[in-house]
Amino acid sequence: MQNNVYIYIAVMAAVTFLIRVLPLTLIRKKITNVTLRSFLYYVPYVTLSVMTFPAIIEATNSVWSGVAALVTGVLLAYFGVSLFGVAVSACAVVFLIELIIL
Amino acid sequence: MENKKWYKKGLRDGIPIGLGYFAVSFTLGIVAKKAGLTAFQTFLATALTNASAGGYAGFTAIAEHSTYIDVALTMLIVNARYLLMSAALSQKLAPNTPLRHRALVAFDVTDEIFGISVAVEGTLNPYYNYGAMTVAIPGWSLGAALGVLSGNILPNNLVSALGVGLYGMFLAIVIPPARKSKIIASIVIISMVLSFALTKIPLLNGMSSGLRVIVLTVVIALAAAILFPQKEDENAK
Repeated sequence: MQNNVYIYIAVMAAVTFLIRVLPLTLIRKKITNVTLRSFLYYVPYVTLSVMTFPAIIEATNSVWSGVAALVTGVLLAYFGVSLFGVAVSACAVVFLIELIIL
Repeated sequence: MENKKWYKKGLRDGIPIGLGYFAVSFTLGIVAKKAGLTAFQTFLATALTNASAGGYAGFTAIAEHSTYIDVALTMLIVNARYLLMSAALSQKLAPNTPLRHRALVAFDVTDEIFGISVAVEGTLNPYYNYGAMTVAIPGWSLGAALGVLSGNILPNNLVSALGVGLYGMFLAIVIPPARKSKIIASIVIISMVLSFALTKIPLLNGMSSGLRVIVLTVVIALAAAILFPQKEDENAK
């Protein structure tokens, strides 16, 4: 079989879009079931936390700069710094620490 | 006008996402190049899928000359977390949101855009997502296409630093509500501890990160829903 790159891309795009579009279009009402609604309410917190750790300490050239980014991010976010501020500060901390230790 | 205001807000919140994407999608471009894709094909694939792990898995499958069915199944597994995210977002939109807006919002449900969308106070206006998409999609696909053309042109220490920007954003989203609610604080801590454990425990550590996200999300969010049900319409907050 001659495998065509554009068909591969079409398959990738179609499957990914279907996964995203079906829940958003099929679930049109507010869910009234308390357990299901609570489940969806908690989903973002679990998902984002799982994606953040341990990935944040594995994303950098050194584990320690990653740990520093984590601590900085948690502290700044705790004291109400904006999304952009937290993101940029985490990057800056990694950059500075790696300048020193690597 | 309300929509314009939301669009601008989305644009602003999308800037760090677009920049972070631009930096990390370089690496994805390198994978695409190895799989034999041109810069244009990579641009097309990344602009249409907007998925990091999904893009990576797709390009790897192309490199291995997998069948189309295999590619479809891989995408389904790697991107299944978006099913949960979209289901959660369906509760954030006003119930009367028209189909075309739902479909457009769905087109770019990524980890990051999902993150900022759930952080919006009250009901989610689709124009907020369009604003974020305006910077996020070009950042993502241009970064990947440039990755194909030039290899890694950004210095290694800059890529390392920019790589944590996305996680910094996630923290900015989960920490403030955790400060207000002991339940959410506990959920955040338990999620991180178990996520870490699953990458270390033998036998389980072979699990892909996409699968780990799905398994832990279902288990922890379900346990929390049963133990601490949300009484009133707190989803709307």
